[in-house]
Amino acid sequence: MTLLSVRNLSVTFDVMPRGAWPWTKPNKLQAVTDVSFDLAAGETLGIVGESGSGKSTLARAIIGTVPAASGEVIWEDTDLTKMSPRDRRAHRRETQMIFQDPLAALNPRMPVGEIIAEPLLTHYPQTSKKEARTKVGEMMERVGLLPNLLNRYPHEFSGGQCQRIGIARALILSPRLIVCDEPVSALDVSVQAQVVNLLKRIQREMGLSMIFIAHDLSVVKHISDRTLVMYLGRQMERADARAIVRDPHHPYTRALIASAPIPDPVREKARHRPVLEGELPSPLDPPSGCVFRTRCPIARPACAEERPPLVEIRPQHVVACPYHDEQEPYQILPAETELA
Amino acid sequence: MTLLEIDNLGVTFDTADGDVHAVNGLSLKINEGESLAIVGESGSGKSQSAFAVMGLLAKNGRATGSVKLDGSEILGLPERKLNRIRAEQIAMIFQDPMTSLNPYLKIGAQMSEVLTLHKGISRKQAEAESVQMLDAVRIPDAAGRLNMYPHEFSGGMRQRIMIAISLLCRPRLLIADEPTTALDVTVQAQIMTLLAEIQKEFGTAMILITHDLGIVADACECTIVLYGGRVMEQGPTDDLFAKPTHPYTLGLLKAVPRLDIDQDELETIPGEPPDMSRLPAGCPFCPRCGFSKPRCSTTQPELRLEGQLRRACHADVAEVAA
Repeated sequence: MTLLSVRNLSVTFDVMPRGAWPWTKPNKLQAVTDVSFDLAAGETLGIVGESGSGKSTLARAIIGTVPAASGEVIWEDTDLTKMSPRDRRAHRRETQMIFQDPLAALNPRMPVGEIIAEPLLTHYPQTSKKEARTKVGEMMERVGLLPNLLNRYPHEFSGGQCQRIGIARALILSPRLIVCDEPVSALDVSVQAQVVNLLKRIQREMGLSMIFIAHDLSVVKHISDRTLVMYLGRQMERADARAIVRDPHHPYTRALIASAPIPDPVREKARHRPVLEGELPSPLDPPSGCVFRTRCPIARPACAEERPPLVEIRPQHVVACPYHDEQEPYQILPAETELA
Repeated sequence: MTLLEIDNLGVTFDTADGDVHAVNGLSLKINEGESLAIVGESGSGKSQSAFAVMGLLAKNGRATGSVKLDGSEILGLPERKLNRIRAEQIAMIFQDPMTSLNPYLKIGAQMSEVLTLHKGISRKQAEAESVQMLDAVRIPDAAGRLNMYPHEFSGGMRQRIMIAISLLCRPRLLIADEPTTALDVTVQAQIMTLLAEIQKEFGTAMILITHDLGIVADACECTIVLYGGRVMEQGPTDDLFAKPTHPYTLGLLKAVPRLDIDQDELETIPGEPPDMSRLPAGCPFCPRCGFSKPRCSTTQPELRLEGQLRRACHADVAEVAA
């Protein structure tokens, strides 16, 4: 069952040029262009891309913290972008967010118990103190924190624990969708695995839908059902999370996979890792046609003319590259590599 | 030939909470042209060991033990002598290229400063050499870039400039402290390729400090795993990754999500990295270790050579590797 349906969503920001007068017309920065996807109840969608690819902006537009320039965000037959601000605010109890920097996302002057209870008391002000306390205790246990720590302040916790507090705060309203914006990239490797497992377990237990944003394709592959690859605000490819790594079709997805190192010297040396040249172009002046063409290994003159549409190459697998099948098949490891 | 030899290096910080031992008993050898990785999580002491070698510790830090460059001691040398070694013999690049470049100075000025100071050549010559070096790190239109300020470059470009600056005096050892952590994966791949090419071209030895096991696998011949300021395991990268013998190394390798393998659940190391001001008396990893024995919490295991790897663990190799 589809919970959330994003239709042709675009987000633009006004950017004042350098040395502009107050009456100068601002430049338009296209942060997200024409993104569409469906999210089923209980499904996890991973969004990957480099910094500046618009993945966080997309998430914020879905949550409603940045306005959409055009397009629709349909939540069970209601278009969220057309809701009144009041209804939209009330609707936020259904969608909660988990942020990248766990310590910065918590108010340093509030004890942890209050931080976790805050969304509850905001949306349901009639909740009694006792009720809130029990609920906070439940949530803390659920994310693996001792409930007797509720009078401590955020600085007394480690990064991993702070992220657990952030997760507890997001869960207390029993939302149906959680948007995680790089939730593990600030954590140490050994703690990262704990938080990833926790998110996965909670998602399964509570039947949540999740949008998981990260720049690390291996984390996204691990946690998501489907993966959406973005580049400069556009969708490049979208498919089943494991299939997209096993059989990537878009040249950018291939480049992302080739760039991600594998912690195994034998396999790493056996791999062919073509390095993508150049860097992300400025979103203020994106290339014409396909935005990836300036770094694409299979670009041709025709790519500059028209933006390639998303084409379904098999069920549940869409690619925005008309020339994807002219490449050699890609494998993460050469076929003859011995699997240990 | 041995270029740098570190023996029993210790770093202690004098803080309000008493002495904090950031690094304990680190020993390593690196030959000309070799590359070595120091891997660890935050607080493991990996960066502080590098700072100790370069004489860059904070004022409340003390280094003990010995660091020998070409057989002569460099730990505790006066600033004037250290300055000759920095850049000319050992150079360092840092994690965040924005904060390590001076935002007020043009790239050209920052580069020629190094050369006029260390090599005593004229400004003109220095600029010519800077352009060559920017070419070497694949910065297009190098001559035109000398007049630009750091903020006019992207993160990847800035890191290339940092690498160019560190290479200006052709150092024999490059210490790279998390050189790609702030960068995107595609740019990380570019920088790692560049570092490998430069090593080959100039014959520079490299110490790569990182938390990312992935980039170590490809880049370094030897690896040292640090935890809580102590060496857990060290040896040839291939052996260490193929058959780790220390519970911590084993746990780390299993905790990483893999692109090439489908995992249902990640194996985790329980608990949190240690608080360095309250380290346990025995092995620092003991509270999180699945193989811990009674004596682990009281006596620190010695670093011993067993097979190809040196390891500090009371548990038998067979028990851990099984």
